[in-house]
Parts: sequence; C-alpha cells; structure tokens
Amino acid sequence: MTDPNTISPLDLETPEKPFLDANELVINMGPQHPATHGVLRVILRLDGEKVLGLECVIGYLHRGVEKIGEHRTYTMFNPYVDRMDYVAAVSNGLGYCETVEKLLNVEAPPRAQHVRVILTELNRIASHQLWLGTHALDIGAITPLFYTFRDREEILKIYEKYCGARLTTHAFRIGGLQYETYAGFEKEVKNFLDFFRPKIDEYEELLTTNRIWVERTKNVGAISAQDCIALGVTGPVLRASGVKWDLRKAQPYANYKNFDFEIPTGQNGDTYDRYLVRMAEMRQSVRIIEQAVGAIPEGPIMAKVPKVMKPAAGEVYHSIEAPKGELGYFIVSDGSTQPYRVRVRPPSFVNLQALDLMCRGQLVADVIAVIGTLDIVLGEVDR
Amino acid sequence: MGQIVQYIQSYLGSDKTPGAAGNMFWVLVYIMLVFTGLSVAVIAMNWLERKILAHMQVRLGPMRVGPHGLLQPIADAIKLLLKEDIMPAEADGLIFWVAPFVVVLAAFTVFVVVPFGPTHAITDMNIGILFMLGVSSLSVLGIVMAGWASNSHYPLIGALRSSAQMVSYEVAMGLAVVSAVLMTSLNASGTGTLSMIGIVQAQQEQGEWFIFKFFPLGLIAFFIFAVAMVAETNRAPFDLAEAESELTAGFHTEYSGFRWSLFFLAEYSAMIAVSSIAVTLWLGGWLRPFPNLLSGTPWDQIFSLFPGVTFLFFAAICFYNTVRMPKHPLFRIQTIGLAGFGVVLGLIGLVLFVPAVSVRVQDIFWFSAKVAGFMYMYIWYRGTFPRYRFDQLMQMGWKVLLPMGLGVLILTASVALLQQTIWHP
Repeated sequence: MTDPNTISPLDLETPEKPFLDANELVINMGPQHPATHGVLRVILRLDGEKVLGLECVIGYLHRGVEKIGEHRTYTMFNPYVDRMDYVAAVSNGLGYCETVEKLLNVEAPPRAQHVRVILTELNRIASHQLWLGTHALDIGAITPLFYTFRDREEILKIYEKYCGARLTTHAFRIGGLQYETYAGFEKEVKNFLDFFRPKIDEYEELLTTNRIWVERTKNVGAISAQDCIALGVTGPVLRASGVKWDLRKAQPYANYKNFDFEIPTGQNGDTYDRYLVRMAEMRQSVRIIEQAVGAIPEGPIMAKVPKVMKPAAGEVYHSIEAPKGELGYFIVSDGSTQPYRVRVRPPSFVNLQALDLMCRGQLVADVIAVIGTLDIVLGEVDR
Repeated sequence: MGQIVQYIQSYLGSDKTPGAAGNMFWVLVYIMLVFTGLSVAVIAMNWLERKILAHMQVRLGPMRVGPHGLLQPIADAIKLLLKEDIMPAEADGLIFWVAPFVVVLAAFTVFVVVPFGPTHAITDMNIGILFMLGVSSLSVLGIVMAGWASNSHYPLIGALRSSAQMVSYEVAMGLAVVSAVLMTSLNASGTGTLSMIGIVQAQQEQGEWFIFKFFPLGLIAFFIFAVAMVAETNRAPFDLAEAESELTAGFHTEYSGFRWSLFFLAEYSAMIAVSSIAVTLWLGGWLRPFPNLLSGTPWDQIFSLFPGVTFLFFAAICFYNTVRMPKHPLFRIQTIGLAGFGVVLGLIGLVLFVPAVSVRVQDIFWFSAKVAGFMYMYIWYRGTFPRYRFDQLMQMGWKVLLPMGLGVLILTASVALLQQTIWHP
C-alpha cells in the first residue's frame, strides 16, 4: 500500500468546462427517484449518456440527531441512534453503547457481549440482504429482492421475539442488555443459520455467473485503494479495493477477538468485487454466529452502571465495523447528565463522497449501479 | 335488402380471407373480432403477468379484487379511465396528444395481416411480412414524439434510447426474417412468398416448420428473431427505455390516466404482434404440432380435442381452487365468482368439443397457444434477467446478432442452392 500522504488531492471543485455547454445535459436525479435509495438528490452533467460529473445534494432527511443528543441524557439518546441507519439499527446501538461504556469506564459482562455479537452479526446479514435486493433491483433483476426479503423476515422475527421491535430495535443498553434471551433463542438462531446457508447459494445462483449481471457490474464504478483511503471510504467498498481493513480485527471491540473469521477482500474495487465481498461477508457472519451461539456464557447481562449517568468530563472516540463501514461516535462529556457534544461518523456519509469519482466517465445506468453498490442509507447520511 | 343479405352470404364458404375476397362486411366483422380479442388478450396478459411474476418471486400477486385477483385488470382499467388527465404545462400539446394514438395505431394495424388460420385473417397481402415489420416500426415515431413533447429530460433520454434500440435491432430482425422467407421458395416453382398465409402454407407443403429446416440454421435464425423481438418491444432484459430505476418510466413518465393506458395497450399488443410473426415464420402458424410424425385421421381427431380439453383443464383448476377457498362467509361471493368463472370456462370447453365448432376454431387455438408460449417467455425473462446497459445492448445488436444474422442468411441461401441444384435437381 502506498503512503496516503503522497496522493495528490482530488480535484472535485473546478469544472473542466463552463457549467452549461450546448452538448451537456444537466439532469436532476432525485430526491424523488426510485433508485436513489431514499431522498438523495444527484445533479448529473451528461454528454449523451456519459457522465461528465455529478454533485450530491443531501440533507432532505436531516433530523438533527447530533443536536438532539445534546439535550437528552445518555440513556435517552440511545433509541435515537437506531433511526440513523435504520436497516442496521443494532449496529448503531452497539456503537453508541460501547462508546458511552468507554466514557463511563465500564465493561459489559461476557454474556451480554456474546449476545451482542450474535445480534449484531444477524444485523449485518439483514443489512447485506437488503442491500443485495435493492442493488439487484436497480440493475433490473427484480426477483432477488423478494428472495432476500423473505429470508430477512426470519431475522426480524428473532429480533421481534427478543426485544419486541423489528427494525429500530433498541436492543442494547449502556452497560449490557435490558432483556435476557428468550427461551429457545439459541435454537432459533441455529435454525436460522441452517435455513440461511443454502439461501446464500440461491442468491449467488441467480446472480454470480449471470452474464448480464457480470457485464453490468464488472469494471463499473471501480475505485483504487489509494482513492478509497484518500476519501476515507471504509467497509466492504474499501475491502473490495484490496485493503484488508476490518475494525473487528484491526481494533477488536465487543468480544470479536474470541471468534475465528476471515476478512474477504477483492482486487479490482469494482461493483462486481463489492458484490462478492458482501456475499462472502454474509458467509463469515454465519460463521461467527455459529461459534457464538453454541458458547453463550452464563452470568449477568448488565454491568454495574449508575442510574443517573454522569461521566467524568472528557472526550472519547470509539468506532465499530457497521455493515456499511466504520461507524464512529465522538462524545464530549462536561460532567453533566447530558453529552456536551455527540458527533457521529456515519459510513454512508463518507462513502457517498466517492460517488463523483466512481461515476466520472461512466454511463447513466452505472450511476444507479454505483449508488446501489455504495450501500447508502439516507437516514445515516443526513442524520 | 335482399342484395345486402346476398352480399353478406356470398362470402360464406369461401376459402379466402374476407379482405382477399373483397367482402367489406366480413372485413368489418373480422376487425371487430380481432380488436375485441386483442383487448381481452391484453387484459388477460396483464393479470397473468402479475400473477406468474408473483409466483416466480414467492408472493401471491393480486388477491383482493375478485377471486385470485381475477377482476384486478378491470379495476385497473376503471382507475385509469377515471384518473385526472395531466398534461405538463410546458409540453407541446398537439404532439403530446397525438403520440399515444400513433403508437396504438401502429400496434393494432399490424393485426390486419396476422393469420390466425387459412381464412381467419382480415386480409392476405402479398407483402404481408413487410407490412408487419414496416407498420410495427412506426411505433418508434410515436415514442420519439412522446419523449419530445413531454419537454422533460427523462422522457427525452428514454425516447432516444428506445428509438436507437428499435432501429438497430430491426436490422438483425430483418435478416432473420429474410432467411425464413428464403425457405419459402424451396418448392417446384422456385418462387417464395412474403404473404403471411403463404409462408405458413409453404411450411405445410414442405412438411417442416422452418425452425427445424436445415437444422440448426432455422433454429439460429429463430433465436436471432426471438432476441431481437424482445428488444424491439422494449421488454426486460432490454427495457432500457422504460428502465424504472434509471429513467423512472422512460418516454411515458409524464403521461397519466387514459393516455398512459394507451401506451400500455400498445406495448402488449406489440408483444403479441411480434410473437405472431415468430409463430408464423418459424413455428408453423396455425398448423398443429407433429403434422408428419403423427399424421392421419385418428391423430387429426385426437388433436382436434385439444382446444376443448385445454378449457376444461382451466375450468378444473378453477373448481379445484373453489374447493380450497376459505369457508369463511366473507369469502362466499369470491367462491361463487370463481365457481362461476369455472363454469363459463367449462361451457366454452364443451362447446369446443362440437365437431362443427372445433374444426373452425382449431387453427385459432393452435396459433394462440403458440403465441401464449411466447408471452410466457416474456414474463419469464422479466423475472430472471437483470437489465442490459445501453452500450452493451448496442454491442449485442450490431456485433453479435447482425453478423450472426448475415452468416445464417448466407448459409441458408447456400444450402438451399445446393439442395435445389445438386441433391434434388
């Protein structure tokens, strides 16, 4: 890997030509567009079908989550983070809880950590399933969507049984878990794994060797490892470019260091590689859950946490490997019951910045494929 | 009065199509029949597509309006008719208004020459196949008009894509058609025909459907046509012009209500039209399967039972599902409706067993059944394939299908020449 400092800064500001040229067509894609995954607005400059450049306009889903954090106690803010990346709410909760735990200097008991890993990895599968379905739909394959939603339902059922909610679960609490696992939890998770393993093959059968799928994704939206690092892109997008960087291995949190799994990487950094990486990640998640579910230790599920949390003044940054990339929380405490500042580093927001670079010189149809492959959730981009 | 009756009766018993016989009364009757049949087919296709696609995708599809959603297309049609008719403020009014009609006209006019049977066509032109290809490509005009008149970016791009696609695939399509037309000339006189009825009759005389002729040449030509016709009708995986995820709805983004439904109608009738061409050119048109292998009166009689049996089979499915309907009183009307639908299908089936009827509708049945097979393929493609990108589509049309079409044409001509001069001089 080359030194990131040697890379020349990306010239995204100066247009190559005057903005309006007779040969150019400016198209406003979104915010009401079926394939921008929510309310993303993309202003495309086209020469025929070729993309000369694009600009993302975000903020249509801005709810001021970070500002709300300054006016809520640490416990009260916990459910809000679920609303950022709502397809991976459990991961968001895990990141926030661990950050506050770091601030409070407490550690969740082993049993809680174990259950957290199981639920988070299930969430990774659910998030990747949703990505696969919508990404394939964008490229025109409508059937995988229904397959993935059928199977994702099984995960949501487990969540519903565990904590009563399906999407914005609020599954974790600062210091551990609110709820003990329900009777038959382990068996149901195991059943799900047995059910799900052949389903991954089923998805792959539909797409991996499908000629049209390969043609639509190979060499589309390719991004090099250098550019990824320069732009701060993380998660499967970075790994598909060949960088073996996964926070679960690099900076182990929860108790990931106890589990045996691999970090799948790609070589070309194109859409097809990102697809393969995410498919492999689902298999790895299955592997992690498999190890975790058989060995949940007995013991308490909640650490000793004060009823009224007043962390000592100071600041902490903690990040986890969310399904979409590095999800970081930066919390400043002034010693009161409410955070002085909560700053979230959402993976989607950072990854979205690579869109312009990935789409230049490609065709309009590729923009759709690239938006899909970046796996953005606008709730997280805008917060 | 008597003269009129005589004029009407004079056509009965004729072995020509009403158009060829020059009897305007029966031409009108046939036009009405074809138009009605086509509209019904589009409605049925609408329901079938949603239902079949749903079952491919592990869901149920329409289930609420009528038993198993049977009345859904009718409900949709009413909804579309009652919808507000919106014309964008900046649109070019006249062209915006005319475009859907051009598309519909082109899609329906081609059915003038579609041969549902040796006499069951509105007319028989000696340039039938050319007429079909020519008129069906007129719909490009309507699409470009729609895209231009909407005065909006997405429809414009959709229209441009669509016209480029249709024009370039017509070339490959034409070459495939020529190689089939070439095969019609393999007779004693050595003259071929472009008439749709003539093409089917040529297959009858040669005792071979053109798809099996000079195996695998006929098959390849058929394959080229089968691919090109999907592109020609802008259906998945070549539905770039209306790629929902890219261009929202392509050229008809700005259309709504009745105007939109005209585009819908045109799209589906165009699908039926190109499938009819494929059936006529390669699959023996109205001829029943295995005319040589299983020939003779007993086989003819067995095959004449097929139309009735098919409808009875559909009726049986209806009755089976009537029994499976939930017994809850809320489902009573639906259960009765489904049973009634089954009875209607069953009665049609029974009527089709009457020899006088079955002899006359057999041709139509076989033709429709073959077209229905193509319609199923269309749905199947949609459920299976991702969408091609524009440049890939063009590449496929110009770099794969066109050379293949040329090669097949040359080979077919060479083999035909060899056969005529050396093997059977």
